[in-house]
Amino acid sequence: MSRGRRSLRRGRLIVVEGIDGSGKSTQIQLLKKWLEARGHQVVFTEWNSSDLVRQATKRAKKKNLLTPTTFSLLHATDFADRLTYRIIPYLRAGMTVLADRYIYTAFARDVARGVDPLWARDLYAFATKPDVAFYFRVPIDVAVNRIVGSRTKIKFYEAGMDLGLNPNAVESFRLFQGRVLEEYDRMTEEFGFRVIDGTRPIDSQQQQVRSIVARIYSSDAGALEAAS
Amino acid sequence: MSPGKEGAKFFGHGLPYTDVRDLKGTLITIEGTDGVGRSTQVRLLKEWLEVQGYGVIETGWTRSELMSDTIGTAKAGHSLNQLTLSLLYATDFADRLEKIIVPALRSGFVVLADRYVFTAFARSVVRGADPRWIRSVFGFALVPDLTLYLKIDADTLVPRILRTRGIDYWEAGMDMHLGTDLFESFRKYQWRLIREYNKMSREFGFVTFDATLTVEEIHARIRRRVQTILDERRVLALAGSLDRLRPLLFEAEEDAAAEGPTPQVTDEEESTDLAREPLAARAPFKE
Repeated sequence: MSRGRRSLRRGRLIVVEGIDGSGKSTQIQLLKKWLEARGHQVVFTEWNSSDLVRQATKRAKKKNLLTPTTFSLLHATDFADRLTYRIIPYLRAGMTVLADRYIYTAFARDVARGVDPLWARDLYAFATKPDVAFYFRVPIDVAVNRIVGSRTKIKFYEAGMDLGLNPNAVESFRLFQGRVLEEYDRMTEEFGFRVIDGTRPIDSQQQQVRSIVARIYSSDAGALEAAS
Repeated sequence: MSPGKEGAKFFGHGLPYTDVRDLKGTLITIEGTDGVGRSTQVRLLKEWLEVQGYGVIETGWTRSELMSDTIGTAKAGHSLNQLTLSLLYATDFADRLEKIIVPALRSGFVVLADRYVFTAFARSVVRGADPRWIRSVFGFALVPDLTLYLKIDADTLVPRILRTRGIDYWEAGMDMHLGTDLFESFRKYQWRLIREYNKMSREFGFVTFDATLTVEEIHARIRRRVQTILDERRVLALAGSLDRLRPLLFEAEEDAAAEGPTPQVTDEEESTDLAREPLAARAPFKE
């Protein structure tokens, strides 16, 4: 990423990944609190939240119109829009962007649905590389119990119901998220994920996350001194 | 191996979960810049094919059930950039491919696609996309049996569009900020698009038609070309069914005889290549 002439610090992109029920959203919210308390300008972005394709995605999901390829492309379009308007400008302004899910979610889900892994990676070749990507790892049973315990209804696509793995939503969820989990494990080395054990107490996970994040800011100290 | 059509081919990684070995139909795509007369030719070709007894399914750019509304809204809002535009096109195209084109080919239809992936390649690349990236994104697309390219030069095209329907924001590439002069922007944008098409013509083996000829003359030439392809397909299909029947009819015969090449197929392919040459040579445009 090119740095503007007057910007003293470069932005930071921090992403959290993991299957549904891994606890990543809780962790990123705690991280946000801490970064803000330390005086960082923080923006938060979620997977699948841009205006551009929201209507199409909603309608398509409701009517189960999506195939693995259109599912993948719709999410890539959504991500491209979000990257353009909600991520890159903030990084250029030197802010910290926290992303709850990033391109690895697409790789894991799309490959679990049967698209080609190399095609999926090429598709997202335009994405900015994060400074750090956390992977919150939990066994599938833990995730299933958390989801079943907290939500009234498992969502159709989150359970991979479009794949016809099992007519029972909970069983389908278990099978599909199990595949997604395998993909995350496979990607850990490829993308250098920082793996956090999602079964540990929330506060000790957060301590681990914060100590890793603190390190990605250490290079700024020198830059700030040189500028003053 | 059967000498019949071995099934369709993908440009890249394909649709791993879709079997395309049994696609019996024929995919014909028609390409060319805005206002070059594609839809007229599609209409005439469809009419002629139906008179011949072929089942025809038409599909047009950005006309998917999934995306057409979104693309319309997004274009109206001008918030698109090269990346999102390319991906919206890809999503629309994938939806039509899986929901319309593949099922129609499986049922043996002739599919006429008014614009195909090449339109996305041209529009994305003139807007600065990496040509390899956009080709990889569309790696799930089927390679057409025939791509008809209506070729024109920008100086002939521009007055033609001005006379018929006027200039549109996106057709003028106004999003590329080539200048505030709509006419100049339009001319430059169309010139760049045409240059991309001409480059792709060699890369993908388009069959080129001179779009400055009369509608009737272009149609007659397209017909000859399409007839050749359909005859070729018919011979291949015939050879394929003969190959399946042969063991039943001549059980005693050697395997080697059954696997030998079918001479008609070779002849058809040669005459096809010869027919292409004079058309390409006749096109009077500079690259």
